[in-house]
Amino acid sequence: MSERVLMNGNEAVGEGAIRGGCDCYFGYPITPQNELTAYMAVHMPRHERVFVQAESEVAAINMVYGAAGAGARAMTSSSSPGVSLKQEGMSYIAGAGLPMVIVNVQRGGPGLGNIDPAQGDYFQAVKGGGHGDYRLLVLAPASVQEMHDFTAEAFDLADRYRNPVMILADGRLGQMMEPLTLRTREPERVEKTWALTGKRGRAQNIVRSYFSVEGVLEKNNLALQEKYRRIAEAETRADCYRMDDAELALVAYGTCARLAKAVARACRADGLRVGVLRPVTLWPWPTEILRSHLDRLKQVLVVEMSAGQMVEDVRLAVEGAVPVHFHGRMGGGVPSVTGIRAKADEIMGRISR
Amino acid sequence: MSETPVYTRPETLTDRPMAYCPGCGHGIAQTLLAGIIDELKIRERIVGVAPVGCAVETYNYLDIDMSEAAHGRAPAVATGIKRARPDLVVFGYQGDGDLASIGLAEIMHAANRGENYTTIFINNTIYGMTGGQMAPTTLPRQKTQTTPLGRDPETTGHPMRMCEIMATLDSPCLIARTATDSVANIRKTRALMLKAFRYQMEGRGFSFIEILSACPTYWRLSPKDSMDYIGQTLVPVFPCRIFRDRGAES
Ligand SMILES: Cc1ncc(C[n+]2csc(CCOP(=O)(O)OP(=O)(O)O)c2C)c(N)n1
Repeated sequence: MSERVLMNGNEAVGEGAIRGGCDCYFGYPITPQNELTAYMAVHMPRHERVFVQAESEVAAINMVYGAAGAGARAMTSSSSPGVSLKQEGMSYIAGAGLPMVIVNVQRGGPGLGNIDPAQGDYFQAVKGGGHGDYRLLVLAPASVQEMHDFTAEAFDLADRYRNPVMILADGRLGQMMEPLTLRTREPERVEKTWALTGKRGRAQNIVRSYFSVEGVLEKNNLALQEKYRRIAEAETRADCYRMDDAELALVAYGTCARLAKAVARACRADGLRVGVLRPVTLWPWPTEILRSHLDRLKQVLVVEMSAGQMVEDVRLAVEGAVPVHFHGRMGGGVPSVTGIRAKADEIMGRISR
Repeated sequence: MSETPVYTRPETLTDRPMAYCPGCGHGIAQTLLAGIIDELKIRERIVGVAPVGCAVETYNYLDIDMSEAAHGRAPAVATGIKRARPDLVVFGYQGDGDLASIGLAEIMHAANRGENYTTIFINNTIYGMTGGQMAPTTLPRQKTQTTPLGRDPETTGHPMRMCEIMATLDSPCLIARTATDSVANIRKTRALMLKAFRYQMEGRGFSFIEILSACPTYWRLSPKDSMDYIGQTLVPVFPCRIFRDRGAES
């Protein structure tokens, strides 16, 4: 059964979580994601599920850790400063191999920054954030529909790999309203034989990331790395727009991907061979997908609401095969279509010369 | 006519040798816990939350499902477990650095929400695991690694009395301080812990048992002198009593 509705991105995440089988939500107020916490405050109890307003993001993430350890589908959400506070918990969750979903509706930083959209938390989301060698599976929605769909799916991915999954959005995606289709979906249920359910008819279960016996922690790390390889193999995703004959690839995610697509469309109308590669998973990054276009590509332009963070992964992917340019704004500034187009023209001007 | 009581090893206690120092209070408290879990027959439906501190590997000694928690976060972890699975019996086990310093916000708010789980709070007035630094509960003039001349209340504050602070909240159903420095007090401690778990199983909400426990290693005292020290030096600062008992009131 499907239903067409009008919602903002934050509410769409909330409804996606409920349809994704979220049992427990733990939150703490922060703009620009408050509509999500508010949505959960109303709707989780209606579904007889758990909603708690925690005393801090630190508490919220540790409540998630507890609930996930007990086998529940658990989630928290926040925006940049709050997500920084959750990093300790994320490291413990990753180390203990707990499935959970975390949503970051990014705002301007560093520090208290502002409440406007930004993508300055890419490094934190994709390269770590907390201590130790670990990875989150990071999904980057670019529409209200995807805010909903990716969140619902994130719970399945988390359970499948016993790994935290992050939805990395931004304030614009959280605040804007779009029509979307709500679909009933059957969550993919896996048996959690490792969960804390009371030691009945089996050996004790322990949720842990502390391994004091020599060599055991290294083994745990190797197992994590092996899992990350499996995730990279099976779950890497990108959305390509007219990349087949493109000479200039615009690489962007989230809000910037929408802008990049508008620019590419306009360029095409002018007969210019411009395509868009939009990573859907920011980790694992779609390196091979970008590489598969390198024989034709002449230039790459990365567009971000940051000083240039993802651009580093693009450079790693192309390994100097083509020039990689960057266009971005920070601190709540959103690149304009004309600004991106001007940069693209400048680059293509170089091509024609 | 008197009968000699026969004590048997609790089934919940594993046969691993405890890694605690001689005379350490953790061993006593955890042996009591094991006996209570047996007595209440809840081994198949109890989940414990271990702290960061000397007791992090409590799961090596209690044969039950357990979770570690980041330093100070046990109350939030216990909240998550209990909210997800209200049918489980849940306890948090925390030291004084864990609970009264880094985790002060988490314990106060779990208590204030009246989360229906039990906290066992081991107050040994020191950070054991990291080598004997000052805790919020350290006594004035007590020498520690970070107060080499003795704790100076002028610059480092006074010992925090967690039961008294806890008692300013309306939600907790049981708040008590006890000690494990004598057989009689160990028995009292056991009775209070048992009551706390019973209250949880009756759905009465948050219960808090503070246990004055010995740390002979970082008190630089023998195990025997440590026991005397508890009664003579700790109890005058941390009075052992029941601060609240909703069961007794009603
Ligand atoms: C975030 C963080 N900070 C510091 C530490 C180091 N640390 C480990 S145990 C501990 C203190 C433990 O003292 P207490 O809670 O009193 O328990 P005890 O060891 O005395 O039983 C500290 C500071 C840590 N593991 N994590």
